[in-house]
Amino acid sequence: MAERFESVDAVQEALRRVDYLADASTAGVVFLADRLEKPVLVEGPAGVGKTELAKAIAATTGSRLIRLQCYEGLDESKALYEWNYKKQLLRIQADREHERDWATVETDIFSEAFLLTRPLLEAIRADEPVVLLIDEVDRVEIETEALLLEVLSDFQVSVPELGTITAVRRPVVILTSNNTRELSEALKRRCLFLHLDYPDAEREQDIVRVRVPGIDATLADQIARVVRSIRALDLKKAPSISETIDWARTLMHLGVEKVTPDVVGGTLHVLLKYQRDIERANKELKVAEA
Amino acid sequence: MSGAPTLDVPAPGRMLDLLSGFVHELRAAGLPVSMTENLDAMRALEHIPLEDRATFKTALKTTLVKHADHERVFNILFDVYFALQPFDLEGDDEDGPGGRPGGGVPVPGSLPGGGAGGDASPEELMAMLMRAMLDPDALRAFAAAAVTRHAGMEPGRPVGGTYYLYRTLRALDLDSLLDRLMEQLAEQQGGFADELEERLAREELAARMERLREEVEAEIRRRLVADRGPEAMARSLRAKLPEDVEFMHASRDEMAALQRAIGPLARALAARLAMRRRRHHRGQLDFRSTVRHSLAYGGVPADPRFRRPHPTKPEIMVIADISGSVASFARFTLQLVHALASQFSRVRSFVFIDGIDEVTRFFEGNADLGDAVKRINTEADVVWVDGHSDYGHAFEVFHQKWGREVTPKTSVIILGDARNNYHASQSWVLAELRRKARHLYWIDPEPAAYWNTGDSVIGDYAQFCDGVYECRNLRQLERFVEAVIES
Repeated sequence: MAERFESVDAVQEALRRVDYLADASTAGVVFLADRLEKPVLVEGPAGVGKTELAKAIAATTGSRLIRLQCYEGLDESKALYEWNYKKQLLRIQADREHERDWATVETDIFSEAFLLTRPLLEAIRADEPVVLLIDEVDRVEIETEALLLEVLSDFQVSVPELGTITAVRRPVVILTSNNTRELSEALKRRCLFLHLDYPDAEREQDIVRVRVPGIDATLADQIARVVRSIRALDLKKAPSISETIDWARTLMHLGVEKVTPDVVGGTLHVLLKYQRDIERANKELKVAEA
Repeated sequence: MSGAPTLDVPAPGRMLDLLSGFVHELRAAGLPVSMTENLDAMRALEHIPLEDRATFKTALKTTLVKHADHERVFNILFDVYFALQPFDLEGDDEDGPGGRPGGGVPVPGSLPGGGAGGDASPEELMAMLMRAMLDPDALRAFAAAAVTRHAGMEPGRPVGGTYYLYRTLRALDLDSLLDRLMEQLAEQQGGFADELEERLAREELAARMERLREEVEAEIRRRLVADRGPEAMARSLRAKLPEDVEFMHASRDEMAALQRAIGPLARALAARLAMRRRRHHRGQLDFRSTVRHSLAYGGVPADPRFRRPHPTKPEIMVIADISGSVASFARFTLQLVHALASQFSRVRSFVFIDGIDEVTRFFEGNADLGDAVKRINTEADVVWVDGHSDYGHAFEVFHQKWGREVTPKTSVIILGDARNNYHASQSWVLAELRRKARHLYWIDPEPAAYWNTGDSVIGDYAQFCDGVYECRNLRQLERFVEAVIES
C-alpha cells in the first residue's frame, strides 16, 4: 500500500498545513501508525485535541472521516452492520405469489442489498482513503470492546451469512479515550499508544496564534501563561485547548491589548464552566470578579 | 537532525539483543509487555531512522507502554539503558546546539561561554545559572556543570543517585534563587503591575527550575550509568509504578502521582462492581412460583422460578487512624471509599487519634477532597489527651456514641497500624462490633512482618475481625476493596 507520509517531519508539516500543531511524539506515532498499519489509541484529558487529531489526519490526507461515537449500550447493530429486516419482510411477501423455494429466498434476502452498513463495516468496505475515528471508546462496556478487536487487528468483519469482508485499503484508525475506565489488555495490545496532555505554554501560544489569526504575539503569550496558571489549580475541569482558543477570540473581540486582572475576572466564565472553579480561580489569581 | 556526528547504527542482530534486554528491564520494573508488543517494537524500528534518538524513543514508547502512568518509569529506564549505547552520540531529544556531547563522561570546555565547567568558581556558576534560567538551551549544559561542581561523585562509591541529587540541589538552593531572580525581574521591569503579573512571572521561573531539576537528575543518572553500567543501574533503580509505591514512604512526586491515580481507580472499580452486580440477576428459588408454573407441565417443575434479587448495597463505616504515622495512608483510603460512594447505600467516616469524631459531613455533596482533608485536620475533634494514638479509648468512645447505629447491614472497616502506645487495647469493643455488624475488616499499612512487634497490638484485635489485610500500596488497596464489596 502506498504510504501516506514520507517521514516524521513530513507528518508534522502536513498536520501543520491543516492548522494542527502536533508535537514530535504525536507526529512520530502517526507516522508509525501509517507504516505499521496499526490503530492508534489516543488517551488524555478532555479537550487536548484527541478527536481533532483524527480530523486533521483526514483533512491533510484527503480522506473521508468515518466516525463511530461510542456510548454505553452500543452494540453490533449500531457499530458493525444490521440486516434491514423490514425490507426483507417486504421481499418475502412480494415473493409469495412466485412459489419459490425457501433456499432461494434465503440466499436472496441475505444479500448485500439488504445489508445496512454501520461505521466499522463502512470503513472496511470503503474504496477511497478513509480515517476511522472511534471516539470515546472508554464509554462502551468491556464486552462490547470485543466487537472492535477483529476490525482492529485484521481489518475485517465477519458477517455469518456473507462471509468475511476484508478491507480493500486499510484505513487509518484513531481511537480516543478519556480514561474513565481501564481498557482491556486485548484492545491495548492491538494499538499504538499515545498519551496527549495539555501543551506547555510555548506550544499553546503557537496554537492560539495559528487558530486565532491576527492575534498579537504578546497577547497570545499572556493568554497561554494565564491558562497554564489556571490549570495548575485544583479544579473540577481544567480549561481545554478549545476553551483557550475561545478565550483568545473573546479577548480579540473585546479589543483587549493586555491581559489584566480585571480582564481575566470579567471573562473567566469562557475558560471555566463550574461556579466553584470560577470562584477558586478568582480567589487564587486575585482577580476582580465581574 | 543535521550536523549530528555519524553513527554506527548497530547491526540487526545487535539491535535485537539490545531491545530484548530493554524489554526485560521493563518487565522487571512491572510493566506488562507482551510478546506481540515486543514484535511491534521490532517492526517499528524498521521504519524509522535509528540515529534519530527522539523518534527512536517515541517508537519504543508507543509500542511498549500502554498506560500513561507507566511513562515515567519508561523514561527513566530508557535513559539508563540507552545512555551508553551508540545513540547517545546524538545528544538528546529536543536540544540543538546546546547539547552536551559525549555519552555520560563530563567533557571539560563543553560549556557555553568557554568556561571550563568543572572548575568554575561559585560566582561564575551563579552567573551561568542566571543566564541558563532565562535561556532553555543553556539549562542542560548548566546542569552538567552543577553536577560536576557540587555532587562530588566518586567512581565506585556505593550510594544512590538521590544522595548526589540532594547534594547538588542543596548547593544550588533553588528556592532562594527563585526569590533572587524574581527581584531581578522586578527591577528590570520597574516592579510588577499587579499580583497576576507577578504570579505569572513566578510560575514561569518555577517551571524552568523544575526543568533544571530534571536535567540535574538525568545528568546524575547518566554519570552513574557511565560508572556502573546500564544493567546494574537499572537494577538498583527499579523505579516503581504508581500502584506499587508504598503509602508510607512515598516521595512528593510519587504522592502527586498517587493522588492522580486514585480517581480513575475508583471509577474503574465502581464500573467493575456495578457490572458484576447487574450480572448476578438470579435470586433465590421462588418455590411458590415454581410450583405454580409446574402445573403447565403436568406438575413437573421444568421451569424453575427465581426471586428478583435484592441488590444489597452495604452500609460502610470507615474508622481511620489519622495520627502522623499513618496519615497519608488513611487519606488515600478515605478518598477511595468516598469516591466509591455510589456503590454503597451509605458511607460514614470516623477519624481518631486518641479521641474520635465523625467526619462524614466533610465529604458530603460535591465537596472537594483536598478541602475535606484540610477540614478534617482543622475541625475534627480527634485529640483527647496528648495526640498520640490510643486505639482503646477511641474505640470505647465510638462504642458509646455510635455503637447503636451499627446494624447487620453495616460493614465496618478499620484503618490503622494498631500501634497503641502501650495503652489498653479495649478489644472487647471489636468483639461487640463483630457481633452486631455484617463484617469487620482491618487494613494495616505496615508490612505484615512488623505486626505484633513493639507497641503493635494488631493480634489482640485481629481475633475479632473477619480479616486483617496488609495494604501498603494502591494495588493491595484495590484488591482489598474488590474483595470486601463482593463478600
